[in-house]
Amino acid sequence: MSNIHSVILDEDKCMGCTNCIAHCPTEAIRVRHGKASIIEGRCIDCGECIRVCPHHAKRAQSDAISLLEDFDFTIAVPAPTLYGQFKDHYSIDQILTALKSLGFDDVFEAAEAADIVTNELKKSLQKKEEQIPWISSSCPAVIRLIQIRFPGLIDQIVRLESPMEIAARIIKNDIYPDKKNIGVFFISPCPAKITAVKNPLGSKSSSVDGVLAMNEIFIPLHAAAGRLEEVEALSKASSWGVSWARSEGESHSTEWSETVAVDGIDNVLKFFEELENGKIKHVDFIEAMACPGGCVGGALTVENPYISKARIIRKAGMLKEENRGGRLIPNTHAVLGMDAEIQPKQALKLDEDFKAALEKMAMIEDIADSLPGLDCGSCGAPTCRALAEDIVTGTAKKNDCIFVLRDEINHLTENLAELGSWMPPLLSDEENNK
Amino acid sequence: MALFTKEFDIDPNDPMSYGQASSSLKKTLKQLGLPSDTIKRTAIAMYEAEINTIIHGGGGSGSVVIEDDSILIIFEDQGPGIPDIELAMQEGYSTASSEIREMGFGAGLGLPNIKKNSNNLDIESVPDKGTKVTIRIDL
Repeated sequence: MSNIHSVILDEDKCMGCTNCIAHCPTEAIRVRHGKASIIEGRCIDCGECIRVCPHHAKRAQSDAISLLEDFDFTIAVPAPTLYGQFKDHYSIDQILTALKSLGFDDVFEAAEAADIVTNELKKSLQKKEEQIPWISSSCPAVIRLIQIRFPGLIDQIVRLESPMEIAARIIKNDIYPDKKNIGVFFISPCPAKITAVKNPLGSKSSSVDGVLAMNEIFIPLHAAAGRLEEVEALSKASSWGVSWARSEGESHSTEWSETVAVDGIDNVLKFFEELENGKIKHVDFIEAMACPGGCVGGALTVENPYISKARIIRKAGMLKEENRGGRLIPNTHAVLGMDAEIQPKQALKLDEDFKAALEKMAMIEDIADSLPGLDCGSCGAPTCRALAEDIVTGTAKKNDCIFVLRDEINHLTENLAELGSWMPPLLSDEENNK
Repeated sequence: MALFTKEFDIDPNDPMSYGQASSSLKKTLKQLGLPSDTIKRTAIAMYEAEINTIIHGGGGSGSVVIEDDSILIIFEDQGPGIPDIELAMQEGYSTASSEIREMGFGAGLGLPNIKKNSNNLDIESVPDKGTKVTIRIDL
């Protein structure tokens, strides 16, 4: 069950170009036989390939809105990023009312759950030296990145569930404990959240029943927002909670002094590298978001991330700061912490046996040195080193490198020319036999 | 028996490359599937030694040898040397210039940090000739 992903390839659209392989933070994509293929064990569902694919051949597998029919009572949990998809004159109440009108019985803002998480964060984070700095658990792509590339940082991840999960638990435990066959639907800005529901981290199973992609419901939602006759007062979250949609929202909401916010998967990679080296000092809390600008940059959003971020700042500015921690936290029955361990994933490991792994590593170094080092991607691997790894692990051949192949052909041509000019002694003149 | 060796040039003139040798080794160790605690200790020890080679030694060379049961990290420079090794091992003691401290280095924690994260630390130093630091981490 551990390799369920939401990022999938549309083979008909894939042209076999190399845009995605170069951008994948875990080197999880190869182009083989003219099509991209994802190495499942390495994919963290960050959505970077969806963002960079010029042919829109990568997409996320989300649920269809028709899934609502399977439940007797349905609740929409929109990520606050949704508010940034709408121009300023659409109020949060208007957006939430429109969302409800698509067929839900109620809505509960993920931003309100973010308020609750903020409160818990402030209570539960202690300044224990070995765990400082804490790393936020809210971005599932970042947690999966840590599992694969930075397992040494797992202990620093905050053991609190994400606002999405907490919203679903509170809905089921506190708001509608008596409803039968209740369906909670998250409105997601990114594929990583879809995976977090289908294949949860830190909890045994998710309380979310379905995930709708923000970009897939946007058109009907926008139309519904334009024709509302009555707007319900549904907005409950504070300005802090709504600000979680953008980078720095979460870290500022903790009101800790030494926080840092890192956004964009490449920046997160570099930051964690330095953190692992012990180079990052005087930081208590790290908000790390895989997408540029935070969730507003999610691969399933429709608006430009920076426009969306600016709108979130303005919309949050109109809300109150109070009601932090939400209306329900004092007597919630829901479990807010993670109930399962986050395990390291050794997807990059060369061999189970240490000695065999060392031998393979030495071979990789040798082969990598003999490759041109251009990282051109023509072999289907993201870098020359990745090709060397693929050769040693048996999934590629050295001649897959067009430069190596060219050298081989040159070599062969020279040999052929030499052989062609060779005369058997019987036919050759004296000159030739000297 | 040395099963794997790797060598690095440590160039003091390119701040972007500071820490590159340790990052590259770290990737190797992860691919070898070593426990994360070992990787963490190795990375920190090597990073500190790499930075020392840059800021005190003026650059030099590094090498890593992985054996069945240990990782050996060696850094060599032709810098000014360490006149009093015992003093240099004290936490907070540093000869780094204020300029270097401004850049966030030279807090006097490098050597103690290497010692803390390794199983053995050996320093050979001759004034005006240079320093050789050998770090061993047991597997």
